[in-house]
Amino acid sequence: MPILSLTIFLPLLGCAILLFLKNEKAIPQVAFGVSIATMVVSFALLFGFDSTSAEMQNVERASWIPSIGVDYFLGVDGISLLLVLLTTILCPIAIASSFSAVHERVRAYYIAILFLQTGMIGVFLALDLFLFYIFWEIMLVPMYFLIGIWGGGRRLYSAIKFFLYTLFGSLFMLLAILALYFLNQNPAYGTGVATFSLLDMYKLNLPRTIQWWLFLAFFLGFAVKVPMFPFHTWLPDAHTDAPTAGSVLLAGVLLKMGTYGFVRFCLPLFPAASHDFVPLMMFLSIVGIIYGALVALVQTDVKRLVAYSSVSHLGFVMLGMFALNQQGITGSVLQMVNHGISTGALFLIVGMLYERRHTREINAFGGLASRMPIFAAVFAISMFSSIGLPGLNGFVGEFLILIGAFQYNKMYAAIAVIGIILGAAYMLWLFQRMMFGPLDKPENQSLPDMNPREIAYMAPLIIFMFWIGLYPKPFLQILDPPIMKIVQRVSPEQIQPPKIAVNTAPLASPKAPAPEAP
Amino acid sequence: MTGMIAVLPELILSGLACLLFVIDPFIPREKKTWVGYGALAAVGLCALSLIPLCGSNLTAFSGMIVLDGYALFFKALLLSITAIVIAASIRYVQSERINLGEYYGLILFATVGMLFLPSAADLLSFYLSLELMSMALYVLAAFMRKDPKSLESGIKYFLTGILTSGILLYGIALIYGLTGATHLGTIRAYLAGGQITPTLVLAIVLLVAGFGFKIAAVPFHMWAPDVYEGAPTPISAFLSTGSKIAVVAAMLRVFVFGLESAYNVWWQILWGLSVLTMTVGNVAALLQTNVKRMLAYSSIAQTGYILMGLIVPSEAGLSAILLYSVAYVFMTLGAFSLIILICRTNMRGDRVGDFSGLARQHPMAAAAFVLFALSLVGIPPTAGFVGKLFLFKAVILKEFYWLAIFAILNSVISLYYYFKVVVAMYMEEPTGEIPISSSPGLTVALGTMSAATLGIGLYPEPFIRAAQSAVEVFF
Repeated sequence: MPILSLTIFLPLLGCAILLFLKNEKAIPQVAFGVSIATMVVSFALLFGFDSTSAEMQNVERASWIPSIGVDYFLGVDGISLLLVLLTTILCPIAIASSFSAVHERVRAYYIAILFLQTGMIGVFLALDLFLFYIFWEIMLVPMYFLIGIWGGGRRLYSAIKFFLYTLFGSLFMLLAILALYFLNQNPAYGTGVATFSLLDMYKLNLPRTIQWWLFLAFFLGFAVKVPMFPFHTWLPDAHTDAPTAGSVLLAGVLLKMGTYGFVRFCLPLFPAASHDFVPLMMFLSIVGIIYGALVALVQTDVKRLVAYSSVSHLGFVMLGMFALNQQGITGSVLQMVNHGISTGALFLIVGMLYERRHTREINAFGGLASRMPIFAAVFAISMFSSIGLPGLNGFVGEFLILIGAFQYNKMYAAIAVIGIILGAAYMLWLFQRMMFGPLDKPENQSLPDMNPREIAYMAPLIIFMFWIGLYPKPFLQILDPPIMKIVQRVSPEQIQPPKIAVNTAPLASPKAPAPEAP
Repeated sequence: MTGMIAVLPELILSGLACLLFVIDPFIPREKKTWVGYGALAAVGLCALSLIPLCGSNLTAFSGMIVLDGYALFFKALLLSITAIVIAASIRYVQSERINLGEYYGLILFATVGMLFLPSAADLLSFYLSLELMSMALYVLAAFMRKDPKSLESGIKYFLTGILTSGILLYGIALIYGLTGATHLGTIRAYLAGGQITPTLVLAIVLLVAGFGFKIAAVPFHMWAPDVYEGAPTPISAFLSTGSKIAVVAAMLRVFVFGLESAYNVWWQILWGLSVLTMTVGNVAALLQTNVKRMLAYSSIAQTGYILMGLIVPSEAGLSAILLYSVAYVFMTLGAFSLIILICRTNMRGDRVGDFSGLARQHPMAAAAFVLFALSLVGIPPTAGFVGKLFLFKAVILKEFYWLAIFAILNSVISLYYYFKVVVAMYMEEPTGEIPISSSPGLTVALGTMSAATLGIGLYPEPFIRAAQSAVEVFF
């Protein structure tokens, strides 16, 4: 049973169904049904998944373009499993959030989302560099249209900026992929076989200078996507102008493709270069954390604020990763999932407000808590999850990242903590300005609270926030073996028994109830 | 007798073209469409004659013409170009009121010239085929007699064309003076010593300039945008694909086979030409508001990419050129066909604004344009991506990293202007009803090109194999 192919191509099949569906009214429901079916299929990956193994599982391999050694090659390990599940869970939520938001060109909209889903899942599952590149590029197209057609503000500018930036980075990556392909055929470095298989590339033994150049080329591809400072300028525009579902998927999944790229490709393929570039990467991450947080602090548009908070949070992810130790990388991957959940939730919340008030100016709100209690509670939980309050998911990831960074350099960890404090500042201040104070604007006095549909699609996210926050063990367990393997390859001297990594912190113990107000 | 077999496709096509000219006066004015279908049938017959010739390796007329796998590859490609151009013309010539039988006859004669070009193994047969093709094309460019732009286009093309011929002849004469031969095999044998003389360098410079004019490489490109803009749109498409690909095919044989020993001279010239061509083409295309001019500059830029393969004339480089040519033909013809589709009487349909809101009224046409645009930029899974990948692969193998980086930067630039049209189609409101002049021929042609663009992107294996076996004749 080719579960991986099914997960990837079920949404594409959904696109075909939508294309020929006669009944216009049923389009959103069918799209939702397809994404739920995809989610169910992806859950099937959990059965029979061996979480003690670092190897690729459910491998599917078939020859595709034999004359240059391209294979259709898929596989899943703990890291990609979590990200695939994140994608398949966020997609139905994004679709459900669009029911009331999108009324124009409905058919094209849902086709774009499902097509995007195919691309995103494909990126996480591809083990052939050629196949990976195809999925990587292909999802730019639906995202471009999502921002450009259904977006707001300067949507045309933001859409093409997103496309151009990403294409620029990825073409350098393409050159590096080709260089790897030839290096692997050179018996001095690799297996001597003409192949794009990632697992073969892992066996490469490259000289340091070559690693540097290739690392830099891949870095351009991934750093734009993450985005790392100074390649982040497309992000606030794209996130702000995208429709809600677009922002959710952009922040929730697309950014993770960049960080996933670093874990899956840069670290294991170029271990020596990864070490050499640690100071630079750490520096850029720290700058991103502080800069993103400071800029978020002064935003007047809620959505832009959340967008800049992503720059800061992704800085944490990169900080943990380039600590190059078990805790750092584990925290980094877990934080990818956490950021997807909490920022996804925040964008959904902004979307709900925008649907009700058609503005995102922070000043236009105030005192909403008394009018919309359920909304306020959900907003508060999502906000605390984003800040990293103990008991919620963000804390676990950030804690592991800080441990990792601390082992590398105490100074960096200390500066990163300032970032967390700033993060709490802009989020709490935002919450205070919007939810508390007098309900003095007449437009706000009749705002309806969340309806059952909205509660239903927020519920899974809230559940995951608590689950990962209170009992992260299953997630960490899945991540442990593949990350161990990466650490072994990148910094063999730092290997510790896995026990320590899993039980790093008393993560499961504090049952801090999520407070409703600061 | 072998001679006749070696030129069988050309014989069939020129015979049928003559027949078409003879029958044409007897066909009443309103039935001229039948001439178009007749021409299509002629191309089909000619293509059929290629099938038994597959795998043959013939030399004819004292070595002036060869028929090998390489020539057959290009002949098949050129015939598909002609078929698509004719199919796209049938409705167009009606709406532009140039529905004359000569139109199709001239296209067929131009095609005969194109078919000879990849077979030319002698500088003289090369020159004659080039002139046969060009003469017909000069007339075709000026075919809209009542439109001053078209006349201007024809005259411009003619003047630059004869200048080019002069330059080429000068180069050929210098080669002849140096080696005493015009046959590529003899030239190759004479130069095998590797002696580089100033005369040889001058001859190569002149040849590069001559070829550069014909394929519209910068700085020999100035005629192209004006000619493409003024000429009837199907003829612009024909010029930018058929004539360009045929000349590239001849160019490969002249440089890679005939002048192989002088590689160290010409690769440097071509390197500069390639980088300049792709950069100027793309930057100039950014500034255009007329889609035909934009496509003209885009096809200039694409020439720059094709030249990348010639700089590394290994098996990888040459097969990449062949593969990219196939991709280039389908995506460029596709983009031009969409302009033809939008075009109608009294409204040329070639400004970017004319495409506003097309996606709402004609979603399939708009989607097809997106596909061609993606392919022209080189985004997977399209033919253009596969072509570019192979070009990159070839230049990286020979460690021409800067060339690859220039090509990358250019691809990013090109996205912007192709997507200006996409923005108009999808993200702007229609200004009114956009009637399209579709016809069965054009619809089939568009369907074929979309399928080819996507199909080659998804499963390029057979095309890769065909390209690889076609260039085996050089090694």
